[in-house]
Amino acid sequence: MANRITLEVTRYDPAHDEKLRLDSYEVPLRKEWVVLDALNYIKDHLDGSLSFRWSCRMGVCGSCGMTVNGVPKLTCATFLSDYAPGPVRVEPMSNFPVLRDLVVDTSDFLVKLAKSKPWIIRKVEKPLDEEYFQTPEQMDAYKQFSMCINCMLCYAACPVYGLDPLFSGPAAIALAQRYNLDSRDQGASDRLDILSHHEGIWGCTFVGECTQVCPKNVDPAAAIQQYKLTATMEWLKALVLPRGASSR
Amino acid sequence: MINPTEYLPRSYHTRVSTYWWLARWAYLKFILREASSVFVAWIVVVTLLQTRALRRGPADYAELQNWLRSPFLLALNAVSLFFVIFHAVTWFNLTPKAMVIRLGGKRLSSLAIAAPNYVAWVVISAAIAWILLRG
Repeated sequence: MANRITLEVTRYDPAHDEKLRLDSYEVPLRKEWVVLDALNYIKDHLDGSLSFRWSCRMGVCGSCGMTVNGVPKLTCATFLSDYAPGPVRVEPMSNFPVLRDLVVDTSDFLVKLAKSKPWIIRKVEKPLDEEYFQTPEQMDAYKQFSMCINCMLCYAACPVYGLDPLFSGPAAIALAQRYNLDSRDQGASDRLDILSHHEGIWGCTFVGECTQVCPKNVDPAAAIQQYKLTATMEWLKALVLPRGASSR
Repeated sequence: MINPTEYLPRSYHTRVSTYWWLARWAYLKFILREASSVFVAWIVVVTLLQTRALRRGPADYAELQNWLRSPFLLALNAVSLFFVIFHAVTWFNLTPKAMVIRLGGKRLSSLAIAAPNYVAWVVISAAIAWILLRG
């Protein structure tokens, strides 16, 4: 294995640049290094002006999502040696406005996430000294979707979101579904109108790349397709049953 | 680029290329999967034409068969066969995503949900082949 590798990194200075450009840096190629280590090496030793987000270095915080050789990746979980002999192209996540170098503006996702009400909604709260019990089977129903770390790689991989920025997007829908499937939650009807519209689940054409790039195996594509079935059943119930008889 | 203000930093918006679907094999596969429905529709038209000719009598059916033997239609139907199979396989493989089936408290595996589709496909195809080929 060669002991050095070239990184081609997107640079953008909002004060001076009209468009994105690429700068090349040669960094040591170490077996235990991930792409994030290489970026930190550049910042520490080659160019202190390089900007990028990171925090935990262990695939939990979801801050260091970038595009590595065209594929959305958590750079803390992407080994440099897998790209040897290089060069490795590191770009900001697609489908988001670039603020500076590898830093993107995630405001749109945060707005959409809040709209999908990803929290437990209770019509009647139990007294504080009472617990909400849940069986392992009940927990199993939503656990996979609860693993989302909001890294937004699924948005970077989703061509529907790229083409239609109004689309709610994979993670926001998967997290809504996480609460819909929670036995303690009573807010499914509150979320139905937000999710079941043209820019919600029906905007999804099932490309499936959100699931492929997800570092936590959340499978947002499955969440959306499953919710399409639920929404269709709710629509049918509202159509067939007398007013107020369906669960809405 | 949106207007920069003191509070709203200037940001760079990348436009999605018209040819985004060529950027990755997964995207191209998706477009081919969607496009396959056109060929599925064509096969439906052929089947309807065959049914109509069959109802009209042997002469009409022979004429249709003759028309279907033209090199262009043979090539089109060969491509259509590929796309119909591609359509079926991708559809069957996606079913476990949309369906969650629990038996005895445990979730059925993707294979257990997809496999019956393939079994039904093979059994129905074999039954039709038997009817057509028994002489």
